[in-house]
Amino acid sequence: MGTPEVAIELYVLLSAILFVLGAMGVLLRRNAILIFMSIELMLNAANLALAAFARQWGNGDGQLVVFFVMTVAAAEVAVGLALIVTIFRTRQSIDIDTLHMFKD
Amino acid sequence: MNFSTDVQASIMAILPEILMTVLAIAVLALDLVWSRARRRDLGYVAGFGLLAVALIVLLVGGPPGDETSDQLLLGGMIRHDTMAQIFRVMVIVAGGLSCLLTMGVSRLNVRGDFYAVLIVSVIGGSLLSAAADLIMVFLALETLSITLYLLAGYLREDVRSSEAGLKYFLFGAFTSAIALYGLSLLYGFTGETNIYRVGRALATGGLGDAPVVLALGLITVGFGFKVSAVPFHFWTPDVYEGAPTPVTSLLSTASKAASFGVLLRFLLAAFPPPELLGSLENVQDYSQLWVQLAVVLSVVTMTLGNVLALVQTNIKRLLAYSSIAQAGYTLIGVAAIATDRSGDGAAAIAFYMFMYVLTNSLAFGVVILFANATGSERIADLAGLSRRNPGLALAMTLALLSLGGIPPAAGFVGKFLLFRAAIDAGLVALALVGVVNVIIGLYYYLVIVKVMYMERSPDEDQPIPVSTPYTWALGIAAAGVLLLGTILVTPLVEWATEAAQSLYVLL
Repeated sequence: MGTPEVAIELYVLLSAILFVLGAMGVLLRRNAILIFMSIELMLNAANLALAAFARQWGNGDGQLVVFFVMTVAAAEVAVGLALIVTIFRTRQSIDIDTLHMFKD
Repeated sequence: MNFSTDVQASIMAILPEILMTVLAIAVLALDLVWSRARRRDLGYVAGFGLLAVALIVLLVGGPPGDETSDQLLLGGMIRHDTMAQIFRVMVIVAGGLSCLLTMGVSRLNVRGDFYAVLIVSVIGGSLLSAAADLIMVFLALETLSITLYLLAGYLREDVRSSEAGLKYFLFGAFTSAIALYGLSLLYGFTGETNIYRVGRALATGGLGDAPVVLALGLITVGFGFKVSAVPFHFWTPDVYEGAPTPVTSLLSTASKAASFGVLLRFLLAAFPPPELLGSLENVQDYSQLWVQLAVVLSVVTMTLGNVLALVQTNIKRLLAYSSIAQAGYTLIGVAAIATDRSGDGAAAIAFYMFMYVLTNSLAFGVVILFANATGSERIADLAGLSRRNPGLALAMTLALLSLGGIPPAAGFVGKFLLFRAAIDAGLVALALVGVVNVIIGLYYYLVIVKVMYMERSPDEDQPIPVSTPYTWALGIAAAGVLLLGTILVTPLVEWATEAAQSLYVLL
């Protein structure tokens, strides 16, 4: 094939960068939707790593996991967005700093 | 090791899940067919349906014949052993009791969809107890978690419930994404997804500690969240307080028990102690990594949980911090399983979780009844409960004694087994920290008993009625706590020991 080989390390490095970006997004953002998008980024970072590892090992198991992760992510979107909409209806805001009904 | 393709054995391995799926569909169908008034009985169908499934698992849910690789079924996704059986029974019982408790919550008890989602959640917990593959671990964990996010936020008109749902969801999705990355690293290191094969490949792979520590650390975040171990516990008090109380009960019992079940299997299989890998040569020992991790988590979790519980004024928040402390005690057992060949540590965890599931269901049942009758969840308002309903006060006392570890309640035996396993494994200091913590814990448990029995209240003449489903739920839980602390100790310990030994086979 004419396409040049890309080293596995580069894929893993990219997935690690995406994962850290996602984790930072979760920790630094205050908007529930943006936090949620960052979590999706983390899931996809794991997917990228899995697909790259699957190619490296030459078996399909990793890609199989990717399919399940995508399904789970879709279910999470359905539940997560529903919860966010519910909160928005009562508070007109999805800033997680306004979630302070509970006190220690 | 080979995976069995025996069709009949494969079906038996997921029989509980099949039955519960049928039950969930039946509940949804009845929800359509029945009139609104009759739908109040849906809780009986779901609750006793689940308890019946638990009974079936107890009677015929054991592994097929011998303890061989035949137990790895469905392409290695499921390990059908006694450990899976015992954890399945407790998860399903917790779900059944939670359904019965739901019948007292006015906006939920006529909703078939709520019961159906609850049953699906129990299916996730049940699968998790038997999961033997990275794919299955992730999928079962998410089936359990996603449905629990929904259940926690089910009361849409109640701001506290939706906030609890959102908070649980954001924390849960974040930690499970972190755990997934850890699982993907494990696959990357070994090229395998079955956890037993991962363990062998990892031990002979010659990777060195750093990558394994990274993967183990990431995965620990996910499991730490599920069992609410410190420092992944921040969600626990808020979600426990805000969620509908039957869901809180499910969160603190089924979810925690299933997570400990998979944690035991996962740690032993994926990072096995080298002595257990008999035939292999040049193996590396990663088990000490998670033993040290479990020791640290255990000490921090039980201490912080107990200290913070001391200052609580809301009974649900107090039980939340108490459940954090209980997770800390259970982690003592996790630290003991690697060095303890006889399986006492794992058996102690199975016993402890079994009694804990019943105990917490009992405590939350009393809390719901009390909150329904008085509209209050404050500990001070429990004053005079012994005069308003002596049976209820007695049930609560039994639950608190069990949590505190006083005979004849089952908690005493559970704690004794955990501490003994730790001492046998050479973790004497850890056992001592545990004992000190039990003493701290006794203080706040007994204060509640004092409030219920000694303090007077102006409402003493208003009795608190107990409805039929609650009589069932509280009766089953209270009988369990009492019997497991007395005449049923030996049978359960024997069953748990058999289960624990099955964990060490196949490695």
